[in-house]
This record gives sequence, C-alpha cells and structure tokens, in this order.
Amino acid sequence: MIEVKDLTKRFAEHTAVDHVSFVVNKGEILGFLGPNGAGKTTTMRILTGFLPATSGTAQVAGFDVFNDSLEVRKRIGYLPENPPLYLDMTVTDYLDFVARIKNVPAEKRRARIEDALQKTNITDKRHELIKRLSRGYKQRVGLAQALVHDPEVIILDEPTVGLDPKQIIEVRHLIKGLAGSHTIILSTHILPEVSMTCDRVVIINRGRVAAIDTPANLTTQLKGGQNVRLEVQADQNAACAAIREVPGVRRVSGEPAGGKGRVALMVEVSPGQDVRSQLAAKIVGKGWPLYELRGVNLSLEEIFLQLTTEESEHAAASSN
Amino acid sequence: MKGMYAVYRKEMGHYFVSPVAYVIVAVFLILAAYFFTQLLALYIQRAFEAGLEEGQFGGGAAFDVPSLVMRSFFGVLSTLLLFLTPMLTMGVYAEERRRGTMELLMTSPVTDVQIVLGKFLASITLLVIMLLPTAIGFAYMLHHSEPTAPWRVLGSEYLGVFLLGTALLAIGSFFSSVTESQLIAVILSFGANLLLWVLDFGSQTASSAWASALEYLSAFRHYDDFTRGVIDTSNVIFYLSFIFLGVFLTIRSVDSMRWRRA
Repeated sequence: MIEVKDLTKRFAEHTAVDHVSFVVNKGEILGFLGPNGAGKTTTMRILTGFLPATSGTAQVAGFDVFNDSLEVRKRIGYLPENPPLYLDMTVTDYLDFVARIKNVPAEKRRARIEDALQKTNITDKRHELIKRLSRGYKQRVGLAQALVHDPEVIILDEPTVGLDPKQIIEVRHLIKGLAGSHTIILSTHILPEVSMTCDRVVIINRGRVAAIDTPANLTTQLKGGQNVRLEVQADQNAACAAIREVPGVRRVSGEPAGGKGRVALMVEVSPGQDVRSQLAAKIVGKGWPLYELRGVNLSLEEIFLQLTTEESEHAAASSN
Repeated sequence: MKGMYAVYRKEMGHYFVSPVAYVIVAVFLILAAYFFTQLLALYIQRAFEAGLEEGQFGGGAAFDVPSLVMRSFFGVLSTLLLFLTPMLTMGVYAEERRRGTMELLMTSPVTDVQIVLGKFLASITLLVIMLLPTAIGFAYMLHHSEPTAPWRVLGSEYLGVFLLGTALLAIGSFFSSVTESQLIAVILSFGANLLLWVLDFGSQTASSAWASALEYLSAFRHYDDFTRGVIDTSNVIFYLSFIFLGVFLTIRSVDSMRWRRA
C-alpha cells in the first residue's frame, strides 16, 4: 500500500531523512518510533504531499507522492502533530468543510460526518465551538478530521499526545479498530504505544532507519536481546572476572543477593548469541553453587535506547 | 471547482463568525457616510452661493452638485480602501500558517490554484458587501437631483473602485502568504499600497522616461479616469493585469511553502 524507497530530505543545514526505505502492507498498522527530531514528521509530510523529497521515491496506493500528489491526497487522512483546527468553527461545520475539500460527495457527507463523530466519541460536542474544547477533545476532532472521508491510508503524527490515560486507551482502541479496512502509519515516542497498537515498527533515528520488525521480534530476536541473570555463591569480583571470559559476554555487573555469600549478576550478551549453557558450564567448572540462571528479555524501551544510542555513538565516532 | 467552492465557503464563514469583518465594514461605512454627508453639504452650500452670485451679477457656470459629490467621494473612497484592504487580507494566509491549518489545505485534494482563488474570491465578495451600502446614498441623491443625474458616471465610478479594491486585495493576499504574522502582513501590504499611491508624486520630479513609467505604475492614477466617468480600456487592462500578477505571485508563494522548511 505504501512503498518508500531511499527517501532523503535535506534542508539547508542538515539531512532530516536519510535514505529511508520501508513498505507498509494493506490493512497494517506501522509504528514510527524515534526520539524527537528523528525525522518522523518529515517522512510523514513527504508521504502526505506537504513536502517534496530531495531524492528517493514514495508511493501510496500505487501513486507517486510527488507526481500524482492529488491522487495520493485523495486517499490519505492526515493528523499532523498539531491538529489543524479552525478554532472559530463548530465541530460539525469543521468536519463538513474537511469533507468538502476531501471530495466527499454531497449525499454521503452527512453520514460520513456522523460516522467520524461516533468513532472518535465526540457526538455530544458536535455543536460546540472548537476553541471551547479541551486539549483532549481537540485532538479527537483532529482525529475525526483524518477519518471523515474514509481514506485508504491514515497517517497520524503522535495521535495520543495531550490525552489523559483513559482517552489514550480509547484512541488506541479506535486505531486498532481502523486497521484492516485502513492502512495506518502512526508516529510516537511512547514505546508501549507501539507494542500495543502496531503490527510492525520502524525505529528511526537521526533520519535513518535503525530497525524494522514486529514489536515481538524486536523484543526477543532482532538484537539477540537476551540478558542473563545469575545467582551464584562466590566472591563477586572473581565471579565477574570468570564470566567475562565467556565469549559473547559484553558486560557483567554484580551485587550481593540475600547474604550467605551469594551474588546476583546481570550479564549483558552480544546480539544474537545465546550463552546460557556456557555460563552454566563455567560456573559449575569453578565449583560455585549456582542458584539461578534465567534469560531476561529486553524491553522495547531498552532496545530502543540501545539502537538509538549506538547510532549516535557511531555518528559521534565518525564525526570525530 | 468543488475544492475552490469549499475554500470560498469556509472563508466567507470565517469572515462572518469573527468580529474582524464586522469591525472593518462598520468602520468603513461610518467613515464613508461621514464623508458623503459632509461633501454633499459642502457642495450644496457652494451651489447656493454660486446661485446667489448669479442672481447678483448674472452669468456664472452651472453647478453640478451630484457629479462633484460623486467625484470627491470616490477620491476619498480610494484612500479608505488603501487603509482598510490590508486588514481584510492580513489573516488570509498568515493565520492559516500560524495555526497549522495550511497543512490541512495543502494535504487535501485541492490544488494551490483552487486554494488561492477560493480565498481571493471570498475577499472580493467582502469588498462588494462593503461597497454596496454606499450606493444607497447615491441612489437617494441622484433620485432627487434636477435634472436627472448621470447614472452612467456612477457605474463607471463603482467599476473603478471595484477594480482598485480588487487590485489592493491581490497585493494584500500576496503579503499575507509570505509570513506567519498578521501584523507583518498588514504592515507590508499597507506599505506597498502607500508606495503605489506616492509613485505618482515621483513622476513629477523624475526624468521623462521614468516619469511616465512611474505614472503608469501608480495604481491610483488609473483610477482618476473612472471617477470622471470615463471607462478607458487601457485602465481596465492595467487593473486586470495588476490583479493577475498579484494572484499569480500568491499562487507561487503558496507553492513555495512546500519547499521552505515549514
């Protein structure tokens, strides 16, 4: 449904998006994850036809976003970071205007507006002036605006910002409900949001794609991602030194656990390696009693930090 | 076409839910009514004095009060428009850019041309709404004047003020599209209007080639003929090309928002 190839956007002083490629299948929810300023908004703006790319291509529903911009815009519902609201309109008037510029035929307009109001749960505020609504309601009006013409593709830039926890859950449910019949890209810097709503995640940092995978894969496989927790009865320093000798171990940290001379060790493992049996062999070989050995999955948060900090360390190294 | 109408409809709605349009129209009409009654009183008094003189000394020219009132009034009207049109157009793009709604328009299936024309037609409509009530005074005056007054002249004067006003709106729209600040937009377009006004003065000191060029460019010089009741095609073409240029530059400017860093 959406195909992005080598997309690059350079502004005068820096490159906001650097050779980004990804594909979104029909009916899928793709999460765009990255720290602020990573290039999420710029990528979305290119997809919606608001900004032209410096190089590379992007296609939505088979239409090029630059050459067939109007065709693409017909098929896209877009909620920018700041919802584009006319504050002195009522909710219904506003949605009516959006439906008109999005080419919704006159006979369907009323039903579409009704549907968007219901889906975003703002039917009771329909006659209010938008400027009188709270931040959360404004955000929902913005969301209704992106849905009102029943677009094939929905692009949401940080859709849950400014909402209270209950509203966040509602919006996530809404977004999940839209998947299947709509193809959705949403950006966020909130990690649980991605694992809760998205089928796949693009982690983007400094304009480059750091990883693309399902949230589950990212958590368990992609980066090896398994740390190991050990509990051994031994001298802490000696145990740490012994474990460091095992190939594949990147870092060990220890702390006393419970007494009786036991220490708890957190072993950070290189990506893609499983060293649990070697660790067990090493400890048993040393004759230390082993009380616990278990793999600890990295949370998406840790992977995210790892990916984005590695990237920046790398960038810092290359610029030195 | 549909997209343009949607934008037009939205702009009109915006003019009439916000107090701005009401305030501008009200200020304009109060000032216009004041000038109209003052000019009428002034010329009636002059005519009366001329009549007395005629009685005493004989001879004297006929005094055409309606034509004089109309000519002076439309002169004043052009100055009022010079001040007020920048306020009509200041928010047209600047406010949309500031609020981020330009992003909605520019990612919707409407072309930049449709956006610009929809907005421009809405501001022209407001100009017409502003000008129409002034016709009441003229209708009253002409209805009561002896001999029957020159309606054709009035028509030419309204055409002139409409063309001048539309040209000033085109300038204002352009300046609104280059900034996010309504204040900067109003200052720039007011400055441009003033410049067009004073270009005429420059023509008096400049050498002949420059003088005629400056004189030609002065948007207000072309207006004079209309106030005399003369519809000269070259003046109409001047304003039409002026309007076309303004709209064209606005379209380019809206298009360029995509290329700048938003």
